[in-house]
Amino acid sequence: MATLHTRSAARLMIAPSVLLLLAWMIVPLAMTIYFSFLRYNLLMPGMEEFAGFSNYSYFLTDPAFFQAIFNTLAIVLGVLFITVVGGIALALLLDQPMFGQGIVRILVIAPFLIMPTVAALVWKNMFMNPVNGLFAWVAKLFGLQPFDFLANAPLMSVILIVAWQWLPFATLILLTALQSLDEEQKEAAQMDGASAWSRFIYLVLPHLSRAITVVILIQTIFLLSVFAEILVTTNGGPGTQSTNLTFLVYAQALLQFDVGGASAGGIIAVILANIVAFFLMRMIGKTLEA
Amino acid sequence: MARNVSTQRKIVVTVVAWTIGILIFFPILWTFLTSFKTEAEAIASPPSLFFFDWTTENYHEVQSRSNYFLHFMNSVVVSFGSTLIGLIIAIPSAWAMAFSPTKRTKDVLMWMLSTKMMPSVGVLVPMYLLFRNTGLLDTRTGLVIVLTLINLPIIIWMLYTYFKEIPGEILEAARMDGASLTKEIIYVLTPMAIPGIASTLLLNIILAWNEAFWTLNLSAAKAAPLTAFIASYSSPEGLFYAKLSAASTMAIAPILILGWFSQKQLVRGLTFGAVK
Repeated sequence: MATLHTRSAARLMIAPSVLLLLAWMIVPLAMTIYFSFLRYNLLMPGMEEFAGFSNYSYFLTDPAFFQAIFNTLAIVLGVLFITVVGGIALALLLDQPMFGQGIVRILVIAPFLIMPTVAALVWKNMFMNPVNGLFAWVAKLFGLQPFDFLANAPLMSVILIVAWQWLPFATLILLTALQSLDEEQKEAAQMDGASAWSRFIYLVLPHLSRAITVVILIQTIFLLSVFAEILVTTNGGPGTQSTNLTFLVYAQALLQFDVGGASAGGIIAVILANIVAFFLMRMIGKTLEA
Repeated sequence: MARNVSTQRKIVVTVVAWTIGILIFFPILWTFLTSFKTEAEAIASPPSLFFFDWTTENYHEVQSRSNYFLHFMNSVVVSFGSTLIGLIIAIPSAWAMAFSPTKRTKDVLMWMLSTKMMPSVGVLVPMYLLFRNTGLLDTRTGLVIVLTLINLPIIIWMLYTYFKEIPGEILEAARMDGASLTKEIIYVLTPMAIPGIASTLLLNIILAWNEAFWTLNLSAAKAAPLTAFIASYSSPEGLFYAKLSAASTMAIAPILILGWFSQKQLVRGLTFGAVK
């Protein structure tokens, strides 16, 4: 009796969240799919007509699309490489006994708490600007020609800015994982004469493998849709040199008002993200059982 | 002897770690310092780190020129509003899933998480059109709605992992003593759950405050939170480094302080409990 009562109460309490998320999931996504089969431009209202797969074939044969896919992958892989390698190194460093550990931790975490538009604009103007930026001043100090980062290496600059923002995330999570490593195990390995390097390879790295996987998967989800950093620094350019898939869809929708084309691009982005999400969900599902 | 070596080692580690820490933090420090310079000093070569005429003029300028306070309040309303509404919806759900789990609870949780995996750009077009047609474009209400929905899965997950750590026996004891469901929630569960709820609140405010996809695309002038307001500095209009720095410092300071207090919760919330 009591269980029956609580069970229906439980259903009632879960219902609002489920219904809201269900609506959020289905309504806009169904609309995107519907729009992706229409020839629909906001500048020509009332001219909508069924277009079959033409939006998809337009998107998939557009040279900008391949550039965008390449850039998306470059951003994801580039940032992952920097943050995972740097994060492991930093986590190992911060795990050592030192003076003022708490303060160093705070300094390292800070970039993650900065809003993306601020981070991107500070880097763009105060560091990467070829005339007034600090990097230009340092270059001149050594008698070098200042380098125009955002004009000559736009993609690399975006990767650097995004990596600066995500390095703290990787560091923080790997450090948390590192601190759960059994101190006695480390000592035992040391007693047995294992070198620092082999302790790292055979003891620390395997222990971190789960956390590293989590970092890679979660970052990938967010990095696939980097947007603000591109919008305020390069605006996707020069040309489409720093346009990723998210930015391409945004430009198609809100700058060219091509609802059909943008929707097709959106669906492609959803499919790509789902491939990553599939693996991430399995990982998290396993921890739920543990 | 051994102690001596370890002190030496500790000093070396300290120097290396502090150097790297300061380098990583430097862009933020530089922004903070620049916000107290004049525009001329902000681009002076060689740049000066501390020795300049400190002035707070930029902070006044930013407010008088662009109604900074309005955008600051937009950020406050949107991030607190979406977080509080999210908590009101999520607390009962997380409670129910943690204390009366069924065979399907795990599937429901995983499904909720999967909604978070959907890239925002996949639903940008319909959301923009829906908002335009219902007059929600560039309103605080509209932003609160979207941010509530995108962060709801994280709120539920975080609360769920915290609630699960509360021993169920205590609740059962309360029930045996004849406490009703409402009383159980108010007098037994809530006091034990407050630390978890507080951490969830904190993390979610940070996430909502910094959200920069929907705020940039769905707001223009009236409802623009700080993320979108700062983005308007991307169009170059002469000398503006010091004013950009002042606006940025005010935009990031509250969140830096909140974030420093919640380092541990950050890890837990951002990994959906997979790393604690």
